[in-house]
Amino acid sequence: MFDDLRELYQEVILDHSKHPRNFRHPEDANHEAHGYNPLCGDTVNVYLKMGHNGLIEDAAFEGKGCAISLASASMMTEIIKGKTETQAKTIFDGFQKLVKGEDDNFDAGEDTERLMVLAGVKQFPMRVKCATLARHAMSSAMDGAEETSTE
Amino acid sequence: MNDMKTFDIEKVRADFPIFAREVHGRPLIYLDSGASAQKPTVVLDAVQKAYAETYANVHRGVHYLSQTSTELYEASRETIRAHMNAASIDEVIFTKNATESINLVAYSYGAANLKEGDEIILSTLEHHSNIVPWQLIAEKTGAVVKAVPIDEHGEFMLDAYLEMLGPRTKIVAVTHISNAIGTIVPVREVIDAAHDAGAVVLIDGSQAVPHMKIDMQALGADFYVFTGHKVFGPTGIGVLYGKAALLDKMPPFLGGGDMINRVTFEKTTFAKGHSKFEAGTPPIVQAIGLGTAIDYVNAIGFDKIAAHEQMLLAYATEQLSQINSLRIIGQAKHKAAIISFTLDDVHPHDIGTIVDRAGVAIRVGHHCAQPLMDHFDVAATARASFALYNNRADVDALVASIRDVQEIFG
Ligand SMILES: Cc1ncc(COP(=O)(O)O)c(C=O)c1O
Repeated sequence: MFDDLRELYQEVILDHSKHPRNFRHPEDANHEAHGYNPLCGDTVNVYLKMGHNGLIEDAAFEGKGCAISLASASMMTEIIKGKTETQAKTIFDGFQKLVKGEDDNFDAGEDTERLMVLAGVKQFPMRVKCATLARHAMSSAMDGAEETSTE
Repeated sequence: MNDMKTFDIEKVRADFPIFAREVHGRPLIYLDSGASAQKPTVVLDAVQKAYAETYANVHRGVHYLSQTSTELYEASRETIRAHMNAASIDEVIFTKNATESINLVAYSYGAANLKEGDEIILSTLEHHSNIVPWQLIAEKTGAVVKAVPIDEHGEFMLDAYLEMLGPRTKIVAVTHISNAIGTIVPVREVIDAAHDAGAVVLIDGSQAVPHMKIDMQALGADFYVFTGHKVFGPTGIGVLYGKAALLDKMPPFLGGGDMINRVTFEKTTFAKGHSKFEAGTPPIVQAIGLGTAIDYVNAIGFDKIAAHEQMLLAYATEQLSQINSLRIIGQAKHKAAIISFTLDDVHPHDIGTIVDRAGVAIRVGHHCAQPLMDHFDVAATARASFALYNNRADVDALVASIRDVQEIFG
């Protein structure tokens, strides 16, 4: 089988998609947003608990989607928890460039390695939106918008 | 096998130049004809020739090329008329696709004839292009849209439909064949019952025309639409068949050149026949290409095409059914060669990406039929759709590539 498929669907991604982390709706979430990809019908609801100074105290999600979108949502919740809004947005921007193949020197500090597992998506342009749906919904949640769509 | 005597699949495949190419280093396995079909050399040549040798605008000039171009364009209309067995060429209107054909009927016939409380009956099987135009016109007129249910096999529920018909029913618009799950709708019964109730009927033949012979006079539909690119013709060309008695009374849809009789600022009178609905320069070359495509399928013969495709459908259904965790969505008794399926725990988009790497092109998603997806409680499916150029090896390649999916997802 093809190496790029193996890279796209590596163990970590399959693990996150089959056992998504933070797959829940926290009662005390104070920011949430709904993400929708009209091309495939995938949906994600993200829930954030934002504290003082833009600190993300909790991040969780629920939704339906392909392995890539579920894994990406799951990993993102882990990564942004404990970060500030500004830090999270810097990571999102870098991640966006990474999966679109626009940045070969991706650096997200200690999270670089974890996010690099999604870099395989750049070989599959049709799937970039799957990888970025959750990240867009999370940005919207921080900004107070309630709906995001990939289109 | 006597299969070869009646239908030479290798010869047919050789008619389609795209099969000479590879995808990701593998031979192309094209199982997405339901979305759009590949083009035979004769169509490509006709298009090339129409531009290179006979091109000019139609219906406008007295010069030689304009006349030649007009003759070819109108000859194509006659080819399509004969193919559909329409009573007259005035009943054959060229549009840009099936979507435009449906919108034309909704906006012209619908807007002129629907009143508050009138009912438009669709079915759960419909493609969005046979839903949304009716919703838009219902909103404008106060009419109500209703959908005939389907059963767990994806079968159109004729009894429920008969119950729904009534004095308020003004328009029935249903698909001939479901693009998403292949169900063949008993359109003859649908049409007869609608006529008994005094309603007019539009049949969306987009998925039927590539697979079966259609006969307007035998069927009795008031409107019948299809799209050229799915029947091996170019993109940008569609057909609306309408009964002359209805078309004559309908207001124009789009206004412009070619559809008028006489224009003054005080009052414009409109052309008659199909011209009233063909405003502006039409898709000339695309129409010529479509006529050639229709000649091509007729030269092979729909009895042979249908037998070949039904063989493929049976073979693919049998092979796919042997895959654990694969669920075929839609098991109607009469189906076209379209198979929708899901795999436990694997999202259709992941299936699509993985099989693509094996050169297998299938469609994944909601197939522009979200109400149908909702009925089966799935967000999306993977769909293999077959055409006259597919063979058993294509089915084998599909099955092998689904094994790849299972291997990756463990
Ligand atoms: C059943 C059906 N109706 C309508 C359409 C719309 O065709 P087009 O997009 O060419 O207008 C399609 C194809 O997408 C279809 O499968």
